Amino acid sequence: MKVNNAIKLHPSDNVVVALNSLEVGEHILIDEIGLVQEVKDKIPYGHKVCIQEIKKGEKILKYGECMGIATNDIKVGHHVHVHNVRGLKESERLVSVVDFA
Amino acid sequence: MKTFKGYKRPNGTFGVRNHVIVINTVGELAGVANRLADLVPGVVPVIQQGGTSQFPEDSMQTIRTIKGTVGHPNINAALILGMGEDDFAEQIAAELREQQCKVKAIVINKSTSLEKLLVDGRAWLQKVYEESLEDKRVDVPITELTIGLECGGSDAWSGITANPAIGVCSDMIVDDGATSILAETTEAIGAEHILARRAINEQVAKDFLTIVKNYENRILDTGEDIRSANPTPGNMVGGLTTLEEKSLGCIKKGGNAPLQQVLKYAEKPSAKGFVFMDTPGYDVESVAGLAAGGCQIVLFSTGKGSPTGSPIVPVIKIGTNPKLYEIMSEHIDVNAGTIVEGKKTLQDVGEEIYNLVLKVANGEKTKAEQHRNQEFAIWRLAQSI
Repeated sequence: MKVNNAIKLHPSDNVVVALNSLEVGEHILIDEIGLVQEVKDKIPYGHKVCIQEIKKGEKILKYGECMGIATNDIKVGHHVHVHNVRGLKESERLVSVVDFA
Repeated sequence: MKTFKGYKRPNGTFGVRNHVIVINTVGELAGVANRLADLVPGVVPVIQQGGTSQFPEDSMQTIRTIKGTVGHPNINAALILGMGEDDFAEQIAAELREQQCKVKAIVINKSTSLEKLLVDGRAWLQKVYEESLEDKRVDVPITELTIGLECGGSDAWSGITANPAIGVCSDMIVDDGATSILAETTEAIGAEHILARRAINEQVAKDFLTIVKNYENRILDTGEDIRSANPTPGNMVGGLTTLEEKSLGCIKKGGNAPLQQVLKYAEKPSAKGFVFMDTPGYDVESVAGLAAGGCQIVLFSTGKGSPTGSPIVPVIKIGTNPKLYEIMSEHIDVNAGTIVEGKKTLQDVGEEIYNLVLKVANGEKTKAEQHRNQEFAIWRLAQSI
């Protein structure tokens, strides 16, 4: 049996979370969705890896929800963290509530 | 229709336990209440340290919590100990007796001395405890089940393993037509707009945003700012990038179901499905509020092994990481650390939790029950007078 070393928290997510620390050139493996992806940065365990290209200004999706906005283009296999993601501004958060109403 | 084996109460509710309890309305009687429980083996002490010299908002919250605890479906009978002329023990007992609950109040200074309290209390507890042993479990539709969702002693894995696995279980419970109550308003700060969007209508969304704002304002009044202090530098080392991400890791215990209702602390839901209760992040107070609101079982994720239990409801512990299970397996009911090891998926562990909920509803004891972890405290909003 293959052992997963990353987890995708929701089908629509564009990032996955590493369950082990990974060196450049190692692969993330998620058996049930058939994902095998070489990592391009060193990834500490518990940190996020990009699995779909994300353009600057686009949403980072984890748990199927918007957890932040990309501040640079992020390519597949790269580390997703404070150096390329910001939280939402108050005005952006308010818009999402108005969307509901 | 799925069922569990529970106790039918005369007021039409259903319990998963058949406890006889003794509870004190004021902290001054904590020792006496403990002593009475010791005198009758099998009786559970529900001990709290507040109840007097409180501002009205706290008095109301204390009365609501004690009434919800005494009238809880897991309770067969309850003795309430009170003190002084204006004590609320007799009022609660009278209201609950109208709902056919088996409740007695003894108030010292008013109707009896301390010595007589011990003699009378012991005799009554002995009698009702023996009667409680006659009760038999019956088949109960699963729609009568209400579970609470809680975390305590979280770690970097909480939002990746145990919490989303609890979310899978919560969605299954909601799909069954039962009720699941997410707690801890503090944990939602930063992701409140996301949960608000899941509300069934604008009013419920507003109710939810209001309790978060009120909570945040109370914290700001003390000079602390949760929003700008999070995620902490330690969280960032652990891989958390934004406040939204941190809060999502907590609120995902609630799965993906629509939000039906927002409850006050210790308030009973009138809707079935997924609801939210306004509680603090302190796990003992939060679990007590969930229980008083009618949850028969609480699911509790922990990364550091918080032993918190409840005197009246079974608390199921879900450990977030393999190391915790290795060190504290005697306190952990479900090991979500298997997800970190890549051996199980969120779905696997979510189903494992769900199956255990049904077993515990049928009577299987949780680790917290086996260890008699019976913590109880009522959330205070203001200082003592």
